[in-house]
Amino acid sequence: MEWETVIGLEIHAQLSTKSKIFSGSSTAYGAAPNVQANLVDLGYPGVLPVLNREAVRMAVKFGLAIDAKIARHSVFARKNYFYPDLPKGYQISQYELPIVADGSLEIVLDDGTRKRIGITRAHLEEDAGKSIHEGLPGVTGIDLNRAGTPLIEIVSEPDMRSAKEAVAYMKKVHTLVRYLEICDGNMQEGSFRCDANVSVRPKGSDRFGTRTEIKNLNSFRFVEKAINYEVARQIDILESGGKVVQETRLYDPDRGETRSMRTKEEANDYRYFPDPDLLPLVLDDAFIDEVRASLPELPDQKAARFSEQYGLSAYDAGVLTASRELADYYEEVVRRVPGEPKLAANWVMVELAAALNRDGVEITESRVSAGRLAGLLNRIVDNTISGKIAKEVFEAMWTSGRDADTIIEEKGLRQITDTAAIEKAIDEVLAANPKQLAEYRAGKDKLFGFFVGQVMKATKGKANPAQLNELLKKKLQG
Amino acid sequence: MHRRTLAELAAGLRKKEFSSVELTRHYLERIERGQPALNAFVTITREQALAAAEAADRELAAGRGGPLTGVPIVHKDIFCTQGVLTTCASRMLSNFVSPYDATIVAKLKAAGTVMLGKANMDEFAMGSSNETSWYGPVRNPWNPELVPGGSSGGSAAAVAARLAPAATATDTGGSIRQPAALCGVTGIKPTYGRVSRYGMIAFASSLDQGGVITVSAEDAALVLGAMAGFDPQDSTSVDTPVPDYTATLNDSVEGLKIGLLKEFFDKGLDPENEQRVREALAVYERLGARLQEVSLPNLPLSVPTYYVVAPAECSSNLARYDGVRFGYRCENPRDLMDLYKRTRGEGFGAEVKRRIMTGTYVLSAGYYDAYYLKAQKVRQLIARDFERAFQEVDVLIGPTTPTPAFALGAKTSDPITMYLNDIYTIGANLAGLPAISIPCGFVRGLPVGLQIVGRHFAEAKILNVAHVYQRETDWHLRVPPGWA
Repeated sequence: MEWETVIGLEIHAQLSTKSKIFSGSSTAYGAAPNVQANLVDLGYPGVLPVLNREAVRMAVKFGLAIDAKIARHSVFARKNYFYPDLPKGYQISQYELPIVADGSLEIVLDDGTRKRIGITRAHLEEDAGKSIHEGLPGVTGIDLNRAGTPLIEIVSEPDMRSAKEAVAYMKKVHTLVRYLEICDGNMQEGSFRCDANVSVRPKGSDRFGTRTEIKNLNSFRFVEKAINYEVARQIDILESGGKVVQETRLYDPDRGETRSMRTKEEANDYRYFPDPDLLPLVLDDAFIDEVRASLPELPDQKAARFSEQYGLSAYDAGVLTASRELADYYEEVVRRVPGEPKLAANWVMVELAAALNRDGVEITESRVSAGRLAGLLNRIVDNTISGKIAKEVFEAMWTSGRDADTIIEEKGLRQITDTAAIEKAIDEVLAANPKQLAEYRAGKDKLFGFFVGQVMKATKGKANPAQLNELLKKKLQG
Repeated sequence: MHRRTLAELAAGLRKKEFSSVELTRHYLERIERGQPALNAFVTITREQALAAAEAADRELAAGRGGPLTGVPIVHKDIFCTQGVLTTCASRMLSNFVSPYDATIVAKLKAAGTVMLGKANMDEFAMGSSNETSWYGPVRNPWNPELVPGGSSGGSAAAVAARLAPAATATDTGGSIRQPAALCGVTGIKPTYGRVSRYGMIAFASSLDQGGVITVSAEDAALVLGAMAGFDPQDSTSVDTPVPDYTATLNDSVEGLKIGLLKEFFDKGLDPENEQRVREALAVYERLGARLQEVSLPNLPLSVPTYYVVAPAECSSNLARYDGVRFGYRCENPRDLMDLYKRTRGEGFGAEVKRRIMTGTYVLSAGYYDAYYLKAQKVRQLIARDFERAFQEVDVLIGPTTPTPAFALGAKTSDPITMYLNDIYTIGANLAGLPAISIPCGFVRGLPVGLQIVGRHFAEAKILNVAHVYQRETDWHLRVPPGWA
């Protein structure tokens, strides 16, 4: 039987507010355990939560960016369960009336087609603390620094049909929250993570199969692997006549498999009810309009503008707008190398991207700044060096941190544009290869490339390629 | 000295008839003598009190300080007090020294009051007889075989026995007014949101409200003025100015429209108690007020409504007592589940457990709509009944309780009869309205209370209505035999 995969994601994005969602403690990552947990975060007797307006602003920003409905009236609710990293015995979240509902995002599939993924809701909530086992034999440590950090939980519709689509969607959300500057997107530190709801059904069926939920996936790679593993596992079960059990599963990245955490029967009854310590959150149009006015150019808008303004393909525009920093870098290069947006795009996407990737460096820490790269590209444009030599110069710039002109001068890489000099080199090559010359003249056109290569070798790659072609053609004709 | 009202004591301090240290010593001695008989205190803070009194005397000597500077008071042990044991009368918090002051504690400290100690109460404020305290029951100064009422039983008994001129208290379903009535003192529960709940250990957050128990309405006006006000740390506190409650105490009640709640004068009301209330109403009539019967048809549903909403909130509020970060922890837990189960099993008393279980049940999947959601709807209806009544009348007056104080142990075996003791007080909590109970005479030698309920934020009005009655009567100045 042919199976269809159905996936919905619940993404948790930590909001990059300075203080926690219901207390004044800092949200900075990496402090010693429990130093960033005040009495409110610790759930001491008598303390009360006070909502951080900045977290609200950020959630509204997200809602506007996904074209969702912003609730004029939303309610915080308590999700009750016992766990040592949950100080109050309940998590303050939103349940029946979330701040953001009914939005969507568009992803681009491998074949270039676009697909709209529905976003059911996005709600504000507080993060829990962490249990620590490492280095504490026989006991469990509790670090409540993270307790009370603001999150938005972004719940998608079950609109994705493959692990790849799920990853594309997650990346899209990741890009968006960073554009909006509401989340640092740091997946290693857990600032951006997701739970995946996965089920399979016979292709063509309009009913959903029984789903499982895979918890706490904190990398795009894990999302893809965990979903693929889970899909295969469910198909195996169904094809051997079994039934998928509705349950929560954990992905083990070391073994590359998911395993059962708790079944539906073992699931908590969270006993949600409106938090009586917090008034309903009421937003007026003026506030929402003010947030709307503060929105930056969004990824899709920017990509469309790049295509239009710079004549880039949809794919290139998509790659260059994947992060706001990359897009800014690209535009800086374009500004400094007028009239060459495609050249700039190629260099940013190929040479620069390869170097960044190789050294594991973010665009913001690139060893070749946009200004320096533009300096290099301008030397290509004015024929000082060839594109090929430019790659060599770029490598030298990357390792030495110096600018293009210095390296070109120092290494004597300036392109040879002197006709006499190129002709001399051609003559020498032709003289040294009489056999090939004879064959060429007898009709073996392919050897043209051979001669180009030999001349380039002789000039250490510095001959102007266009001039070389022209002069070589003339000489070969005799 | 202790026969004076707080207002008179404050005046005496300013006139330097006595010092705050003298006054404080006097009350500390009374507390130490009274404690074995009444058990009104969980903690007596002698040293801190004397230090605070000395500081207050320095302020007074320098001609500084406000109307409450140097005045001794007691805090119900539900309010967090920095560096002082704060138990909520529970074994669960029997070792809890609060690292911070509740907002009202800080405010009253800043106003120059001197804390004498922490008053006993029903465990986590759950009870109407002060019998659920881990520290044992409080006894009624009018008769030690009787309960003082609850949950603020220690606060009411301390003021009634003149162990303190004032005691802070909290009221979730009548916990200020009912013990005030049963002990023959004055107790005001302000409008929900008028007094900060920050640092007041939560029982049922949407109903809890701090207030004060005093000898007179004038005293209550003085203390409430210092406690009330918006607190940025409490999102449910309301940002409206606090009037000078003492300024309007003597306003005339001529033409005042008093509503008599039909539902309050029901068959559950002790006929003699009713008689005292009718006599008080006659005083108001004599002063020119007009009486009018009003009906709140949904009010009879207030007790069942309350016993869904309050336990629901309590079941969640008390989840933080898990033995992990503070408070009681069971010995040698085997694992996490064992830690939770034994800590909570051993740390909470029977009434608290009963309410946690009730609350957990009414919030559970499948029961939420039938209980919690329905109760919230009924709560709305009751609030609307009050709104309608206040379109016709200025205040509502009736009994505070159906009967005077009952015997210790009389109702402990039957939670429902215990719960029914709050039948007249719960309505104001469900609707968030301010209400005051003042002494209005005696039934079989025991004090009974008159309850005055006002519109939202009409504290000044109900204090005024209470005060003009206290000008005409001296019930509030009666001191229990043996405590004079």
